[in-house]
Amino acid sequence: MNRTAFLALWSHWRRQPLQLLVLVLGLSLATGLWSAVQAINGQARASYASAAAQLAGNQLDRLTTPSGRIPLETYAELRRAGWQLSPVLTGRMRLGDARLRLIGVDVLSYPVIPSTGGREIAPDEILTPPGRLLASAETRDDLPEDADLPPLVLAPDLPPGTAFTDIATAARLLNRPRELSYLLILPDQPMGPPPLEEIAPDLTHQPPSNQADAAQLTDSFHLNLTAFGLLSFAVGLFIVHGTVGLAFEQRRPLMRTLRALGLPRRNLTALVMGELLVLALVAGTLGLALGYLIAAALLPDVAATLRGLYGAPVAGGLTLRPLWVASGLGMALLGTAIAGAQGVWRLTHMPLLASAGLVGWADAAQKSARIMALSGIALIVAGVLAAFLLPGLIGGFALLAGLLMGAALTLPFLLNTALALLSRTSRAPASVWIWADLRAQLPGLSLALMALLLALATNIGVGTMVSSFRLTFTGWLDQRLMSELYLTAQDDAQGAAIAEWLAPRADAVLPIRAAEITLAGQPAQLYGVADHATYRDHWPLVARTPDLWDRLARGETVIINEQLARSADIWPGETIDLGNWQIEVGGVYSDYGNPAPEAIAGLAPLLDRYPDIENRRFGIRIAPDRADALARDLRAAFDLPDGAITDQAGVKSLSLDIFEKTFVVTAALNVLTLGVASFAILTSLLTLWNKRLPHLAPVWALGMTRARLARLEVLRSVALAGLTAVLALPLGLILAWVLLAVINVQAFGWRLPMHLFPLDWLWLFLLALLAGAAAAAIPARRLHRLPPAALLRIFADER
Amino acid sequence: MNVRTAALLLCLLPVGLGAQGLDTVGSAEKGFAGLGADAEGFSLPQPGTTFDFPADHGPHSTFRIEWWYLTATLEDAEGTEYGVQWTLFRSAMRPERGEGWDTPQIWMGHAALTSADSHYVAERLARGGIGQAGVTATPFSAHIDDWQMTAISPDGIDDLSLTARGSDFAYDLTLNADTPLVLHGEDGYSVKSREGTASYYYSQPSYVVTGTLTTPDGPVEVTGNGWLDREWSSQPLSAGQSGWDWLSLSFDSGARMMGFRLRDEAGDFTSATWIAPDGSAQPIPDGALTLTPQTSTDIDGRQVPTTWRVELPERDLDVTIDALNPQAWMATRFAYWEGPVSIAGSHQGRGYLEMTGY
Repeated sequence: MNRTAFLALWSHWRRQPLQLLVLVLGLSLATGLWSAVQAINGQARASYASAAAQLAGNQLDRLTTPSGRIPLETYAELRRAGWQLSPVLTGRMRLGDARLRLIGVDVLSYPVIPSTGGREIAPDEILTPPGRLLASAETRDDLPEDADLPPLVLAPDLPPGTAFTDIATAARLLNRPRELSYLLILPDQPMGPPPLEEIAPDLTHQPPSNQADAAQLTDSFHLNLTAFGLLSFAVGLFIVHGTVGLAFEQRRPLMRTLRALGLPRRNLTALVMGELLVLALVAGTLGLALGYLIAAALLPDVAATLRGLYGAPVAGGLTLRPLWVASGLGMALLGTAIAGAQGVWRLTHMPLLASAGLVGWADAAQKSARIMALSGIALIVAGVLAAFLLPGLIGGFALLAGLLMGAALTLPFLLNTALALLSRTSRAPASVWIWADLRAQLPGLSLALMALLLALATNIGVGTMVSSFRLTFTGWLDQRLMSELYLTAQDDAQGAAIAEWLAPRADAVLPIRAAEITLAGQPAQLYGVADHATYRDHWPLVARTPDLWDRLARGETVIINEQLARSADIWPGETIDLGNWQIEVGGVYSDYGNPAPEAIAGLAPLLDRYPDIENRRFGIRIAPDRADALARDLRAAFDLPDGAITDQAGVKSLSLDIFEKTFVVTAALNVLTLGVASFAILTSLLTLWNKRLPHLAPVWALGMTRARLARLEVLRSVALAGLTAVLALPLGLILAWVLLAVINVQAFGWRLPMHLFPLDWLWLFLLALLAGAAAAAIPARRLHRLPPAALLRIFADER
Repeated sequence: MNVRTAALLLCLLPVGLGAQGLDTVGSAEKGFAGLGADAEGFSLPQPGTTFDFPADHGPHSTFRIEWWYLTATLEDAEGTEYGVQWTLFRSAMRPERGEGWDTPQIWMGHAALTSADSHYVAERLARGGIGQAGVTATPFSAHIDDWQMTAISPDGIDDLSLTARGSDFAYDLTLNADTPLVLHGEDGYSVKSREGTASYYYSQPSYVVTGTLTTPDGPVEVTGNGWLDREWSSQPLSAGQSGWDWLSLSFDSGARMMGFRLRDEAGDFTSATWIAPDGSAQPIPDGALTLTPQTSTDIDGRQVPTTWRVELPERDLDVTIDALNPQAWMATRFAYWEGPVSIAGSHQGRGYLEMTGY
């Protein structure tokens, strides 16, 4: 009996292969998008963890100074006092277009040397010149081929953009022979050395938890991705819900027959649930494969983003994790359970011989629209409350979730009200019927329309944010990149020679010099700028005090970047500690795309404090039409490698490239979500098909042609999609505001002005109409070709 | 791979450490972990060289390896016996001094405190050139981190202050000697194999030691005898030599003896120096001294001979030496056995035993 029943149930899918395809595809899409986001997040976290493990010093207490520089003598003295410490010297190198973070350790005392995958390094290789650099293949590939670096040894687990080396090699490469960045306190100390506070009062003891690490910094970014993944998953579930509902609806007569033939309700339920389980597993597996592909395609850009924005190390390769597979399948099962619950519940409560309920179902749903709207408003209120009560990013996302879900829940009520108002304008019987029919159809479509609302609103919100950001960013780049040429010399001597050579040839030569310091517990750069109109007139400040540039040149004030201002809550007029240099903050400048805190002082005051900082980089001001010639002459005169001189356009395109990569994932998820939503409308319309016929048959019988009915069918769908799009616009703008003013500040540390892009909205509105039309096309075509006999049969069967 | 524990031991320490403990690292062909290798660019000991003191108390950067090696047999007021070791090794990757981080000179310190039932060990590593470790000849001072061996009187090494501490022990000792330095072998040119590899080697074998030992049980005042070995070379061992057994014995008669056996597949090489109570020394050539293992102690699976029969017929010496603490294993990065021994038989007294390559 069970077998026969199963075959009978299953025969439905054989007759409706498209429906099966839609169901499996919907579930695969939902699982796939969710799994892709999880895979990306998991890969990133694994990268952080391996990086942390490779750089074992992260787990030890450190001794630091506010300036980020510890004299070598201090280390020797502490050692002579008995303290077992391991010195570390870190710094950044610029090699052509590539940046390399050097971690120099005393290999004799550093706790763990990164794994080199079995390749042995002889001590004299790493300890004596030229030394060795340990780096991953990714780092190696990013380095210019002609870079003057020690031989590279592959250490696959090291973070990208990072090279590990002996401190002697690092000191040579960074030209900082007599200073250290920090000292690790080794676990094994001798009995009774004098307390550190007494013998090294200048050093700060920093426990490992206080050090900002990649995992913490990037939490916000991953939360962002997860939110997107969940949204995609939810939208995907609308499809599944639609198809499962449709399948139940269409098999209702069959199930009734089976029950009438004596199949116990329990067996039937078990069979249906078993069927769902199999479908969920198949679709889940497909979804995992899909998710893997999406993740693999997106990961390089995400990795670039994380590196660019946070300096967080993420490898571009994807590894398959068992936990990820399990969670993906789990989500597929959970999703199917949620989406199928309504169908199964109805099945178990189905009166044995009741005829297919038509208007009743819709009536009940219509009544619930009011309740839904009320709970929607409650959700919105809860979201707003959460934004005030919950800390930071979590609060921001709670606000977003409340707004989106709340708005989605109020949608049926709003649409219903809108349709009711519109229907009052009609007098002709046909149009009265059209409006009424639209309202009657609404409950069945409302879930799909909610999905569309969410997709459209997200699109508007995220699109507005990205475009606002792009506009601000390009404007900012124009302000910030004022020099026509940027030059990096090989060493200070060459730098000085070039500056001298340039003096009569260029309009101005602006040294770019920076000292490595520690700000807010993170390694940071303190730049010095010359007193020049380039800065006075153009530097992008978000807040400032009067006489800023004069005071900066005199060493009375510094300016800090927005990230630092927001994270440390230091604003103009307040004092900042730059490592033995307490000074007033005179201004705050926007500094997009920079993961680290940063400050700028006058060049002369900076050199007073840090006389030894390298002088290798320059901005060159010259008439733009002479820039190319000057660059050529410079290269010839000093035999400079290609990467040594970059023109303004080059730097800009590089920066914009990084920016675009940042939002590739966002854009991709955006498009996918919209696609999923259109799909949901289609499945809902297909679900409604059977129920629609009894409504349409009488109208047809009254003389309306099938062609006109089909056209009206499309029109209705387009009208609903259009109405939804109109309602999505304010929601999307609110979303954009929350993203720009709340989420971005928390996630990236900067607040952006909001710009409006009405053309994009129009475009999206048309897209929504198109989605509505496309979704209705199949049912309309079917209606158009329906044999009149089928319509006639309605009266025999149903009425 | 872990550069420090694997490569450093495989390549650096063998170069630097000479006979001080080689464990499983060396391969038979290359002798003790590569010590038979060519000494390219490094100075080699030459016979007939005359030491130049106090300069020769200081480091010899052009030689590959060097050490300042002090052992002392001590006892407290109740007669409880202790042994103390303080060693500073210098190892050069290139025959030059170098400055700052770029120096090729690596320093390693070993300190130990041994009693019959406990054995405390500590180890330090440092680079030369940054002030963390080093040796100056005048006034004499050797240090690594906070451990030091420093002259109290202005010249020479007759009066020294010696300190070291680990996580569970410390010592602070004063050493005084009034006998001349002992030059081993041929005026300090000490042959280490039949192929003629050699080192420069001198000792101050008769320090009177007083001071304080600190263990987790608290401080103890002690007195006793100390023996300082100074040795430097670039190639002290030859291929085929797989380890060594070295001892310094102080007899109740006032005489002393340094002896060692280099274990070789082709036949052991032995050498010794007999030191009369007045400090005059007589070198004993290869083959005269016989060292015979008696009983072995199991230390983490290694069979280490901790009782020996020592025979030197020309001095009527036939004694058994017995470890105060058979578990005196130096579980440093480069492990070996080193500890105080008692002497019984034709002569009585105390001494120190060192065994490598087990």
